[in-house]
Amino acid sequence: MSVFDWVVQLMGIALAVAAAPLFLGWVNQCRAWLQNKSAPSILLPYRGIRKLFHKDAVIAENASRLFRLAPYVVFGAMVTAAAVIPSIATRLPITQAADAIALVGLLATARVFLSLAAMDVGTAFGTLGARREMMIGFLAEPALLVVIFVVSLTCATTALPMIAERLSAQAFVLNPSLAFTAVAFTMVLLAENARIPVDNPATHLELTMIHEALLLEYSARHLALMEWASALKLFNYACIGFAVFVPWGIATSHAPWSLLGAAAMLGMKLLVFGAGLALVETLSAKLRVFRAPEFLATAFLFAVLGLLVRLLLGAGT
Amino acid sequence: MTALPWDLQLLNTLAALLLLLSFSMLSQRRIVALVDLLALQGALLCIATLLLAWRTGSRHLYVSAALTLGLKVIFLPWLLHRLIRRLGVYWDTEPLLNIAGTMLVGVLVVIFAFGLAQPITALASTATRNSIGIALAVILIAFLTMITRRKAMSQVVGFLSMENGLFFGAMSATYGMPMIVELGVALDVLVAMLVLGVFFFQIREQFDSLDLKHLESLKEDQ
Repeated sequence: MSVFDWVVQLMGIALAVAAAPLFLGWVNQCRAWLQNKSAPSILLPYRGIRKLFHKDAVIAENASRLFRLAPYVVFGAMVTAAAVIPSIATRLPITQAADAIALVGLLATARVFLSLAAMDVGTAFGTLGARREMMIGFLAEPALLVVIFVVSLTCATTALPMIAERLSAQAFVLNPSLAFTAVAFTMVLLAENARIPVDNPATHLELTMIHEALLLEYSARHLALMEWASALKLFNYACIGFAVFVPWGIATSHAPWSLLGAAAMLGMKLLVFGAGLALVETLSAKLRVFRAPEFLATAFLFAVLGLLVRLLLGAGT
Repeated sequence: MTALPWDLQLLNTLAALLLLLSFSMLSQRRIVALVDLLALQGALLCIATLLLAWRTGSRHLYVSAALTLGLKVIFLPWLLHRLIRRLGVYWDTEPLLNIAGTMLVGVLVVIFAFGLAQPITALASTATRNSIGIALAVILIAFLTMITRRKAMSQVVGFLSMENGLFFGAMSATYGMPMIVELGVALDVLVAMLVLGVFFFQIREQFDSLDLKHLESLKEDQ
């Protein structure tokens, strides 16, 4: 059974890594439809990655070893995170090895390496992007942690698979504190993945960009890994959200049909969530960079309100 | 986890939404949006009252729900919108504390209200006693809204929001006040609002603005 567990775990990781660009393609397609543009192919992110892998890498003369290492570290951190998050099944070896707080640390490691690599070459844009990324990060992280604390209070555990199991086992109840934290989590997701109210994923070479500024010096396979990692990051955040707020349909046993059902359920959730994300991005305008702290402070407030409401209304809710 | 009956779940959710609305009023700088939020708060209060009336079967709660709907959702917001149009005040000046700071104080106020409400909650016997803390928090946040604003208009909105909180508190502690008190309070709010409406014009005539810092000094000092 233990070998089978590992096989399921590895299949889960492979599925996440393979499906992440597809999810990004779906979001881009929905966004194009909503904006009355002719949509790009859903496979476009794959083609971009393949094209980049075939090119020759150009690296700045004064780049240190950190610069070459960073794409592998960032990609590795995202793959590890994908292994930790229960997306299809909950009783898996790596998934049960780390809890949600370790997961936040893992995501922070990726961010630190991304920012260090951006500052490594010493161009103005890279440094600017790194500083903005760290500003967003240090505001988003507390909000994310408070979200996790609220959910942990509700389920009396910080392990994501246990949270998903407990929440999917209970009958549906109106839970205001979880609703508030879900809003907070969505806002953190938008900020952390450089989506529209905070950053525009479609721009290049503008003074307002954050994520693209970090990657300006990268080319070829390094850039491909970075872009793949950012697609995987979005996928991971979506899966954290599913595990915590809509865990229904996740597999708690390893019977093949329940795994298949969970995978189909995950696909459905991703389809709906991707369309919703595109809708949010179409409806909102990009904030000025200096308004981003206000946006994240609101996310933090929502999370804290969730915590307070939970304490005020008692454990019954 | 024991599941609550669905109407109590809904009441708790409404209480949480009331708290959320108080926070959005605290952060709102546009007076028009502030009045809309007040109307929304009144509407939520009306739904909560109806739900509680249906749950307890007491007839006077239906009357006070109707009163809330007529007065706080329809009449007072309409009156405030009319005043805003006639006075031409659409924006508050920068609040005394910045938004993030105000929010932080707001969170502290909620914690304080929770501590304050705990003994009352322990004594109360109603099914909705858990909402007393939230009602107190709504009152104190409305108070904070009044403290951090300079314009007379937003202070009045804060005052009305405080009345909403008081009403909700009475509802969750004892299933509503006696009918005569409720009618008296409603009449009071109505008259206060009408008087304040006249007062706004007087203030503006005297000082050419609705900024209340002009009222802080005596006339002889100038």
